[in-house]
Amino acid sequence: MRASGSLTSRILPPVLVLAGVLVIWDLYVRVTHTPDFLLPMPTAVIRSLFTDRRLLSSLGWTALAALSGFVASGVFGVLIAIALSASPILRRAFFPYTLFFQTVPIVAIAPMLLFWLTPGLEPVVLCAFIVSVFPVIANTLAGLMATDPALIDLFRLYGARPLAGLWKLRLPSALPGIFTGLRIAAGLSVIGTIVAEFLVGQIVGEVGLGVRVVGGIHDSHMDEVFAAAILASLLGLAMFGAVNLAAHLTLRRWHASER
Amino acid sequence: MHRMQNRVEGAGIAIQMRGVRHAYDNAVSVLDGLDFETPAGQFLAILGPSGCGKSTLLRLIAGLDRPRSGSIHAAVRSSGIAYVFQDAHLLPWRSALQNVALPLELMHVPRGRRADAARSALEQVGLSDAMDRFPNQLSGGMRMRVSLARAMVTRPKLLLLDEPFAALDELTRERLDEQLRDLWRASGMTVIFVTHSTTEAAFLAERAIVLSARPARIVEDRAIALPPDRAGAIRATPPFVAEVRALYGALERGEP
Repeated sequence: MRASGSLTSRILPPVLVLAGVLVIWDLYVRVTHTPDFLLPMPTAVIRSLFTDRRLLSSLGWTALAALSGFVASGVFGVLIAIALSASPILRRAFFPYTLFFQTVPIVAIAPMLLFWLTPGLEPVVLCAFIVSVFPVIANTLAGLMATDPALIDLFRLYGARPLAGLWKLRLPSALPGIFTGLRIAAGLSVIGTIVAEFLVGQIVGEVGLGVRVVGGIHDSHMDEVFAAAILASLLGLAMFGAVNLAAHLTLRRWHASER
Repeated sequence: MHRMQNRVEGAGIAIQMRGVRHAYDNAVSVLDGLDFETPAGQFLAILGPSGCGKSTLLRLIAGLDRPRSGSIHAAVRSSGIAYVFQDAHLLPWRSALQNVALPLELMHVPRGRRADAARSALEQVGLSDAMDRFPNQLSGGMRMRVSLARAMVTRPKLLLLDEPFAALDELTRERLDEQLRDLWRASGMTVIFVTHSTTEAAFLAERAIVLSARPARIVEDRAIALPPDRAGAIRATPPFVAEVRALYGALERGEP
């Protein structure tokens, strides 16, 4: 993630690639006369992005759900990892089941959540949480377990209380791992939200981006589908970028990954 | 000033070991019935081949492990003991000053006193200019000096060092040896210094115990017959060379 070269030389290449893709896309639709319910013109997508006010409120809904799921993953993921790190017995007993979070087919679970919970924001947030919590648990736990044993001895020698050992030694040691987990969780929580909205949103009529995708396909408004998908990606990117920034600000003084 | 200390206040403590045996979980015997006493304020070097159980002995004295049998008596609470590891083992997210203040923090010393004591400990090891630097901005030798300052900041009555300078280049190691000896002479603490270097043991210590290969027993227990004032140049003198030879001979006798 190191900066190299001037701002222009870093920004220009990806912008040129984007422009190239848009031009080829535009030409393809014009030359082949593809109907816009199959593939819209890029200009139509861009117009939707800037003129469709409802898309913005959809983005708001999705952002709220994804952020809530992400924050829950961060908080509970770290707490679960701390609990698991405290005892080998707990670890042996529970860690296999945390794998459930990684392997669960969310598409199969979401309708059940909808059945059990009040349709609305909660089941969507819960889906985002279930999909994104495992990487936080696994990476935090790995970080906590990799604490320098000599430093653990040092803390023992000076009679440090367990809480001091956690707060002043093990959690800071685990920070690089925690940030790795959060980076992965940022993207996954958006995916979890969109998938949940596919299923949940249709019923409640709340319009997150996932609902707009399904609705757009149903109504053959492909420009709307593309615009919603682009906004969802940008949301994931923004969350990933925010975690990266936080990691950089926290770790730059001492960790090799941020120097 | 409260940070200055006289010899009496910082005086070391005596240690008695009686029939200390230790074995790892897989029943490999490490220490084979060690008996020795260290009077208060002595600088004792423990010399032995790699893997002979020197570090284990140090951990037992520090109370980090318990011996399988035998007794270790050190008339001090654990807070009077300081331990220096083979590597600096600093907290990378803390500045040098914050690292040195850590033991006092864990012992609930008030913040203001902590900072004063940490600053003077860093001055003692010649790092007044590097207090706000982070470990990754320090050389290996400087990191080790921070580690030494961290050990000294509590004014320990017993300082345990486990081959602390082994990873450093020769010149840096000799400088640190000299600095450590000065610290010992100024404080009057008891020092137990584990090493596999005969020259380091002869330069530093008043007394050297040579251990055999595992399971470790005492091959030689000798007083180092050198004057208390030792400058670096002493390493070239005949009495020093004679001590080194004697220690070397003892090491050879301890080979399996």
